[in-house]
Amino acid sequence: MWSLLQIELYKISKRPRTYISFIAIAGIVLIIQAAFKADPGYLNILMQNVGDTFEVDKSKVINGYFMCYMILNTLLIQVPILVALVAGDAISGEANMGTLRLLLTKPISRTKIIGIKFLASIIYTVGLLVFMALLALFLSMAIFGVDDLLVFRAKADESQILQITKDDIMWRYLAAFAYAAVALTVIAALALFLSVFAENSIGPIVATVCIVIICTIISNLNIPIIDKNIKPWLFTSYLVGWKGFFYIAIDEDNVPIRGSMENWPAIRNSLFILLAHIAVLFGASVWFFKRKDILT
Amino acid sequence: MKKLLTVLFITSTISANAQTEINALLNKAKAKIESVNDYEAAGVMKTNVAFLKVPIAKVKIYFAKPNKLKVKSEKGISFIPKGAVSINLNNLTGNNKFTVIDAGTDKINGAVVRVAKLLPQDESSDVVLSTVFIDEVRNLILKAKTTTRDNGTYELEMTYGKYEAFGLPDKIVFSFNAKDYKLPKGITFDFDDGAAPAPASKDPLKGKKGRAEIVFKSYVINKGVNQAIFTSQ
Repeated sequence: MWSLLQIELYKISKRPRTYISFIAIAGIVLIIQAAFKADPGYLNILMQNVGDTFEVDKSKVINGYFMCYMILNTLLIQVPILVALVAGDAISGEANMGTLRLLLTKPISRTKIIGIKFLASIIYTVGLLVFMALLALFLSMAIFGVDDLLVFRAKADESQILQITKDDIMWRYLAAFAYAAVALTVIAALALFLSVFAENSIGPIVATVCIVIICTIISNLNIPIIDKNIKPWLFTSYLVGWKGFFYIAIDEDNVPIRGSMENWPAIRNSLFILLAHIAVLFGASVWFFKRKDILT
Repeated sequence: MKKLLTVLFITSTISANAQTEINALLNKAKAKIESVNDYEAAGVMKTNVAFLKVPIAKVKIYFAKPNKLKVKSEKGISFIPKGAVSINLNNLTGNNKFTVIDAGTDKINGAVVRVAKLLPQDESSDVVLSTVFIDEVRNLILKAKTTTRDNGTYELEMTYGKYEAFGLPDKIVFSFNAKDYKLPKGITFDFDDGAAPAPASKDPLKGKKGRAEIVFKSYVINKGVNQAIFTSQ
């Protein structure tokens, strides 16, 4: 089992496309950090007219925690595409290179083979997130320092600014990255599922990207009939659930409660829905892979 | 005719007396305030604005005559209301370039107070009108309302304790106009947790009025304040 996993990871590490994701993430993060360091003007869009009523030290607002939040907000919509690059290649890549038949002649069950490939995709996804955490969180903390985090949020028709004190933030990031790992594993499971049916890698990768883009667009439409009937069924509606860890609860005096979350049941339910997606997609992948015809 | 003249004479005498009285009362209250050349106060500030969910902040307040005031948060990001400079009553009554009008009496927490309206003589002044409510017994300003040309109306309510001899309050409730806050749609990609939105507030001032409550723990009075504080961020 361990040696099979090592082989899979070795194969992933030898593909140039594996590193496209790391380069893309590093490029985007560094560009955002450099842009904010040079010109923090974006903050004015978020602050709107708050500066008319309050004196706020904007240099404190743009700190490492805020930068990480901004970067995750931007990147976690694109990262599914990067995950698909590797997971979509898992089975179809073997078929394309003609090694799938050879692989399946070995005395290893098909369930084990696809399970190992899925596990390798998860490890790659977690590796990508760890890399993102190192750059977006820890490098930002080194460049911009640390302070309280301001979360700018539109909740229904209301806009809010939530302030989380700096000693109450790190656990939220750990939880958010763990949640993001589950969310991105759904994408890996989807890409793996599509990979089972293809003979080359481009098809499942492009199909996964298209599904993610279409579902993300629908998830962000604010049309009541879609909100009620379609959004709850789309996994993309739950990809941004990591933000729930930053929606701090407030008491009756409008003061944030340290260590709290506004709606933990909603985050927990989102996690269950994502885990159910993983189970269904991986289960379907196994089912179809076991019946896959490799003779014709 | 004689009777009419008598009535007019008595009325004008009473009015003049009342005017003298309110001037004297205001001067007594001012004398207390003006005995303070500078101070450094430590306290906690609770800001209450509909869109802003911020923790209670530990603040330091620095004042130096004639009208320098700085509110600084000890740690973290702070939202200091822009009109907070008026929490120092010296800024209100410090210059003598205003006309005092006796506006009768009113009640604050059951106690009768004298009301004086201060009209600035300088027509270009940002302050249009200030109304102060003075406790006649203790010679203290308990409440002040300031209407400005550009920044709306500020209201101060003071509670006094240990430092009332200096006219310095233990607690200030500062009300101010707060503009509504609206994020442009589609830039935050928020997580829809499915929770029903909060019911619309019946308060017509929701989103328009803000309150900051400062509770002072201690004052260091007339010991000098580093002037650099007033120019620092």
